[in-house]
Amino acid sequence: MRGSRQAAEQPIDHSKTHSRTNRQESRDHMHKHTSEFDPHLKDPVTKPPLDPHLKALENEAIHIFREVAAEFENPVMLYSIGKDSSVLLHLARKAFYPGRVPFPLLHIDTGWKFPEMIAFRDEMAERFDLDLVVHTNPRGQEEGIGPFSHGSAYHTDVMKTEALRQALDAGKYDAAFGGARRDEEASRAKERIYSFRTPDHKWDPRNQRPELWNIYNGNIRRGESVRAFPLSNWTEVDIWRYIQAENIPLPPLYYAKNRRFVERDGMLMWAEDPRFQPLPGEQIQEGMLRFRTLGCWPLTGGIRSTATTLDEVIAELEIATVSERQGRAIDRDQAGSMEKKKREGYF
Amino acid sequence: MTAPANTAALAEVQDLPEAEAAKAVKDSRPLRLITCGSVDDGKSTLIGRLLWDTKAVKEDQAAALSRDSGKQNDLGLPDFALLLDGLQAEREQGITIDVAYRYFSTDRRSFIVADTPGHEQYTRNMATGASTADLAVLLVDARAGLLEQTRRHATIASLMGIKQFVLAVNKFDLVSYDKSVFDRISHEFKELALSLGVRQITAIPMSALKGENVVYGASTIMPWYDGPTLVQALELATIRTATAGGFRLPVQRVSRPGESFRGYQGTVAGGSIKPGDSVAILPSGMVANVKQIVTFDLVRNAAVAGDAITLVLDRQVDVSRGDMIASLDGQPMTGLGFDAQLVALQPGGIEPGKRYWLKAGSRRQRVVVQPVSQLELSSGKWKPHAETLAMNAIGKVRLSFDELAVFDTYEQNRATGAFILIDPDTNNTVAGGMVTAKRSDLGGIHREGERVLLSLPADLAEELMASEAFAARRDDVDIRRISGQRSNEIFETPD
Ligand SMILES: Nc1nc2c(ncn2[C@@H]2O[C@H](COP(=O)(O)OP(=O)(O)OP(=O)(O)O)[C@@H](O)[C@H]2O)c(=O)[nH]1
Ligand SMILES: [Mg+2]
Repeated sequence: MRGSRQAAEQPIDHSKTHSRTNRQESRDHMHKHTSEFDPHLKDPVTKPPLDPHLKALENEAIHIFREVAAEFENPVMLYSIGKDSSVLLHLARKAFYPGRVPFPLLHIDTGWKFPEMIAFRDEMAERFDLDLVVHTNPRGQEEGIGPFSHGSAYHTDVMKTEALRQALDAGKYDAAFGGARRDEEASRAKERIYSFRTPDHKWDPRNQRPELWNIYNGNIRRGESVRAFPLSNWTEVDIWRYIQAENIPLPPLYYAKNRRFVERDGMLMWAEDPRFQPLPGEQIQEGMLRFRTLGCWPLTGGIRSTATTLDEVIAELEIATVSERQGRAIDRDQAGSMEKKKREGYF
Repeated sequence: MTAPANTAALAEVQDLPEAEAAKAVKDSRPLRLITCGSVDDGKSTLIGRLLWDTKAVKEDQAAALSRDSGKQNDLGLPDFALLLDGLQAEREQGITIDVAYRYFSTDRRSFIVADTPGHEQYTRNMATGASTADLAVLLVDARAGLLEQTRRHATIASLMGIKQFVLAVNKFDLVSYDKSVFDRISHEFKELALSLGVRQITAIPMSALKGENVVYGASTIMPWYDGPTLVQALELATIRTATAGGFRLPVQRVSRPGESFRGYQGTVAGGSIKPGDSVAILPSGMVANVKQIVTFDLVRNAAVAGDAITLVLDRQVDVSRGDMIASLDGQPMTGLGFDAQLVALQPGGIEPGKRYWLKAGSRRQRVVVQPVSQLELSSGKWKPHAETLAMNAIGKVRLSFDELAVFDTYEQNRATGAFILIDPDTNNTVAGGMVTAKRSDLGGIHREGERVLLSLPADLAEELMASEAFAARRDDVDIRRISGQRSNEIFETPD
């Protein structure tokens, strides 16, 4: 595995440079640079340099962020609170430093997210002085749509895909950043960095614009939009190694903790929400559990794990024999289901 | 904070000699490669097999693969191409339509591979993959040999700056592992490569499906072959570095978070920079010095090609998005006319006289394209061609701008010599191009109502005036004798 040794050598002690930052400090950040130009005033040795592979990925992502921010009138960043979103947010802050992140973050709340995710989201918005927009589909909320009563596919359609379309239309956003990676899934592997969408948010995978070098075509008509993916070329291992190298804060769900769960359809389902109902014959178990991806808790399978630190999570990952999407109910419905969802406007 | 970390941090931002910098990064940056060649030659199967044999396929993905495979071959092997052909239309038709990007690694290095479609209709997607690659794996079906599409792909790859080729003579299991077939095809390819100026070639007889000479050798079946497997060849390939040449920073955006800070944000596209260096802002030509290089992590004392930075200058100058900040000595070319090669990517082709958008770096401007010649793939010869360049054509063209454009040649700098053309009617990307030279003549930009100022030696002027065409329109012409120095002054001033 590339770089695992290097990753292990990184000291963690300067994590506080970022995690301690609050609203006040982030303004100071800017202030420091606007008034002082002596490099020695800011301790130049805040952390060891990134290895060239991660550095190249970081540079590429920053380039994409800046290009979209400069070319589009009204960009937004999809923020789904997971590890990829956390990396995305960190890169956005880097890209526009010493300025603020110049666009809002949009979270589509289905009402079925882990409470730890919501708490984390609000903490980040506060700490980094972000404009956070939260949207829940009012129709779905009114009709009480959920994964148990209506099935995972319908729930996802209404509470995620439809909700996203509503929020993007309401905000008149002409560009939306997402944290999707090409290594996640076979149809994602085909997607451009600037992924063109029709006015009704459709993706046409058979007619994507050619995308040569790092020259991106941002020409669109009114109503059309672009989804931009700064993390396209990152793998899951890259994400984790970068989180470690940069001390990026993550929701605690990524670390193993004693949690209550049941085994349902081969998936370990979190069972601590009041809306959780055991099926006949189902045993609530208790044990060390963590999550490789985050989403709606009824659709997100946990894994048995003892990894309570980043080092341990990465060590487990490097010997993992199944992919990260394995725990996700939405991808298992049928082959090509992700492509279908994306064509309909799913992120 | 430990002392070793300290030195490491400083080492990174110091101005390393170029050769050393290249050596230091050689193995940890991924090698970018493409597979290309004619339709059905086994490109996706090869990459699928490569992922399989390097253990990059996880258990759940392997289970999905055997579930989806059906009866694809008589060998009882899974259809490895399905690991790549992820779109429904691709699975239905059994072909690749769009480029897929995959990531894998061996003990020695990591790779980003772009599996491109062989079908001629989707050449644009092959070009997409080729534009960023360091190496091309060109596949040939051992039974068919080199086809026109093989030549097209080899040509596009080489035009786009790929200097290293692996020739994979594939489906070797279907020609009884016959050495003479391998010799014939690799000889034929070497001639093609020579005409393209490609010198680094590794030819490998292969069965992508059975995994022979992909990750594992096949010496029992092909004892006569003692060259590397595909993976060995890839591990030995080199990655280009763009640190040579002058400093280039295409300005993406101007950062003004407060009254006293003004920074120019962009990705260094060539060379290196440090505080105190003198730079020119192009196309205006204004001069300033670098005051500071700002990044989120630290104020750096140097930046090199590839770094995404924010540059602060020592004085108030007018810099906006699309400008290029370049080292004062060793500037790129600035002008209204350039020669270029391009690949036409869409059904409408590239029309002479039409005004396109050209995007290069962060700069977008209007351009008129005049085709000059077109490459004939069967002979490898450039044939005069002034009409529309049809889809998939490779042409030499002249670019004429209304406003000054800034380029290096693609040969010198891949980042500042490349451009795309956007059709203003459809907004689609219709061509990918590479600048070959700045043009000093103004041929091909004839437009109604415009005038052209020529400055030529008096004897040549006399000759021209004696011509029939000139004499016929003598009344339309203004002539004045001026000094060489005055002529220079006029032509140096941009209008
Ligand atoms: N016998 C044999 N069959 C092969 C080999 N490699 C590929 N094939 C078969 O050739 C067919 C085409 O393979 P693909 O990998 O889809 O070809 P491709 O070059 O990716 O095709 P496009 O992307 O559509 O241009 C499939 O049926 C493969 O099983 C090989 O080494 N031996
Ligand atoms: Mg293919």
